[in-house]
Amino acid sequence: MATISPPRRAAKLKGPEGDDGGRFGDGRSGGGGDGDAFRLPLPLRRYHTGIWFALVPIVMLFMALSSAYVVRQGLSDDWRSMAWPHLLWWNSAVLLASSATLEVARRKSQPWGMARHSQSGAKLQLFPVAPAVKKWLMTTLALGLLFLAGQLLAWKQLVAQGVYLATNPSSSFFYVLTATHAVHLLGGVVALAWVTAKCWKRLEPSGRTGVTVAGIYWHFMDAVWIYLLLLLVLWP
Amino acid sequence: MPEAARTQVEHPAHAAPAGFIRKYIFSLDHKVIGTQYFFLALFSVFVGIILSVLMRFHLVWPQAAIPGLGALAPTGAAGGVMTPEFYLSLMTIHGTIMVFFVLTTAPQGGFGNYFLPIQIGAADMAFPVLNMLSFWITFVGLIVLLAAFVVSGGAPLSGWTAYPPLSAIGQIAGPGQGTGQTLWILSIALFTVASVLGALNFIVTTIDLRAPGMSMMRLPLTVWAWFITAILGLLAFSVLLAAGILLLLDRMAGTSFFIPAGLVVNDQMLLNHQGGSPLLWQHLFWFFGHPEVYIAILPGMGAVSQILSTFARKPIFGYRAMVYALMGIGFLGFMVWGHHMFMSGMSPYSALVFSVMTMAIGVPSAIKTFNWIGTLWGGNIQFTTAMLFAIGFVSLFVTGGLSGLFLAQPSVDIYFHDTYFVVGHFHMIMGVAAIFGIFAATYFWFPKMYGRMMNEGWGKLHFWITFVGVYAIFTPMHLLGVVGSPRRYSQFTEYDFLKPLAGVHEFITIAAFITATAQVVFLFNLFYSIWKGRKAEINPWHCTTLEWTVPSPPPHDNFGGRPPTVYHGAYEYSVPDAKADYLMQTDAARLPALKH
Ligand code: HEM
Ligand SMILES: [Cu+2]
Repeated sequence: MATISPPRRAAKLKGPEGDDGGRFGDGRSGGGGDGDAFRLPLPLRRYHTGIWFALVPIVMLFMALSSAYVVRQGLSDDWRSMAWPHLLWWNSAVLLASSATLEVARRKSQPWGMARHSQSGAKLQLFPVAPAVKKWLMTTLALGLLFLAGQLLAWKQLVAQGVYLATNPSSSFFYVLTATHAVHLLGGVVALAWVTAKCWKRLEPSGRTGVTVAGIYWHFMDAVWIYLLLLLVLWP
Repeated sequence: MPEAARTQVEHPAHAAPAGFIRKYIFSLDHKVIGTQYFFLALFSVFVGIILSVLMRFHLVWPQAAIPGLGALAPTGAAGGVMTPEFYLSLMTIHGTIMVFFVLTTAPQGGFGNYFLPIQIGAADMAFPVLNMLSFWITFVGLIVLLAAFVVSGGAPLSGWTAYPPLSAIGQIAGPGQGTGQTLWILSIALFTVASVLGALNFIVTTIDLRAPGMSMMRLPLTVWAWFITAILGLLAFSVLLAAGILLLLDRMAGTSFFIPAGLVVNDQMLLNHQGGSPLLWQHLFWFFGHPEVYIAILPGMGAVSQILSTFARKPIFGYRAMVYALMGIGFLGFMVWGHHMFMSGMSPYSALVFSVMTMAIGVPSAIKTFNWIGTLWGGNIQFTTAMLFAIGFVSLFVTGGLSGLFLAQPSVDIYFHDTYFVVGHFHMIMGVAAIFGIFAATYFWFPKMYGRMMNEGWGKLHFWITFVGVYAIFTPMHLLGVVGSPRRYSQFTEYDFLKPLAGVHEFITIAAFITATAQVVFLFNLFYSIWKGRKAEINPWHCTTLEWTVPSPPPHDNFGGRPPTVYHGAYEYSVPDAKADYLMQTDAARLPALKH
């Protein structure tokens, strides 16, 4: 069994912590004792990881559409800037407000509002915050729906002015970008409604994770909306 | 965390299902879903092969009737002789099926689903429901694509790349460009959504569900390859989705994203469009399209690394270099899409950049190749069928990669573009190399999946015919391209300058018939072995990774609720002083450590 790789095997044998010096830490840090060896990741962590990675394809989707926007505009001489409804500013305000209310809900759902043990083991506080969380989540949902209704109204106003999907590339992109955003936000509304239902009676760790995860997505769609507004304002 | 909580955490997946439907149809078990993907791809590859054989027949004997075809396609092939449009529709579905439903599903959705969780010591994927959804959306996508054959006008003509304006202006551009093309776009849109869901699952699973001790640098290279492929998919597929949405709107809603003004098609002037840019589609498509070819090939690279190391009984040469090369290929893959567009009139400076970037991919590719050879070098090689296919993969990857270096020169590509040189190139590297990866993986993992061995004799027969066959089919295509034989033509008999090449085309067609027929050997071996194969031991290949520590086929939750603990990297072969010549990843530090 000739081999041309260096005899490095003995040196390689180490405990279960791995041999990459923690550079690719697998999150299961801590000693390599037997007990720890059988520790599995928290079941909820995957939702955090998942939502962050789920944002990637959405970013790419909007990158693709907005680079098409810029390219299509630069290429042609048929682009007529459109005057879009002032309603959009109000809608934006509503969406921003919804992010704020969701953030309040998230903070109120965090462990410091829940039962917690101090170092010494004494209970710090134990009182149910579910009603407050519920209230803020419901407010967020209402604002989200209001935003969507507002977007629909804005489209209606455009149609009333005779600006359709195929009227001009600028209007085509306007409808495509806003619709793509709206569909994603609708997904957020559904997810948030589900999370709200989950937190209805009691706030369990899974519900708390749900609020955080839905929050990340929601704020992100908020940011996407601001990005789209900038795009539409700066390259009309 | 208290012990009790830990054990609870441990079964996040789901209980074993009861009942046929939950167990085999809408299953949440990654192994069942992987198998479903595998068989979906197997079905697709045979559809694709039949289409290609029909095409080859027509190319060489354009006037001859194909028995039975007339009955299947009364308009496209009346009396069994196909029209040029019908040829193009076969070509489109062939390419689309092969690229999306074979090369993107089997290596990743199939083997990745089945083995990634086991190889990292997890009970299932992170999101089993998403996993199931992603398979079934893929399935619907396939049905929608095949439905294009039966709708009026038939399947689309614009190839797997669906360039506008041909793909954007509807029926007027040809028979399949109406409903058929719409179905194509819908099918691909479904496929992109499914792939993104799948990719997300792979990534989160790899990051969060590794067993204790399974650090990133102890992952088998298969897992690395699936992981990086998933990242590519996450970045690439939604760009194609965006392009597809815009294309659909051009067709259905009268927009002009891709359709320019003043188009005259079939003597008709298209009046209601203006200003659109067909090149915009090409940019979006190839921004997805080039990473896509790596999505097809990277999982094969992972499997081949695993197999070469196992059957050479040697550690993989340069593990870290292999990992970084995978990352490098993935990263550079996003910078080179312009090499598909050298002919588009792009600025020579852009062309230069794309050309240099493309050749830069040669560096990590060469690193991988050298490391594979380094792994084989001086090894104690066992020529199993899996090993033969893995070596065949390396061979094809080199052959296809070399022709890629020619195509990467803009000045050379302007001549070669849209000739058979390109057809030869991408079939070698993307088509057949990836298929060899799939075959290698099938022969290698079959014992784990079914608890039985495939027949090695038939396997080797299958390998040799296929290996010689694909070289016989695709090598002459390079020559045809050099001489100027154009691609996407339905027949060559009418062109004087191509007449002397008729013999070459005939040779290719005959080689294709033989190679296609030989696949029956594989099919037979596969199905026979599922039921009648020799019983397999738990670890018949004396391999080190975790899937070989569990029964074959693995139980519902893989490790019976007790996750393994990992002590080594994945390639501890020819270990001095070890009892066997290898150390499983789960073997606690034994003899060699004592010497220390
Ligand atoms: C028996 C093996 C095969 C034969 C004989 C064959 C033959 C062909 C032929 C004749 C064409 C049309 C070329 C043209 O007119 O431009 C074609 C196109 C194509 N094939 Fe294959 N093929 C085979 C296997 C595969 C495999 C395994 C793949 C998997 C990737 C594949 C992917 C493609 C693609 C992507 C195209 C281009 C379609 C397009 O341009 O839209 N083929 N093939
Ligand atoms: Cu490319």
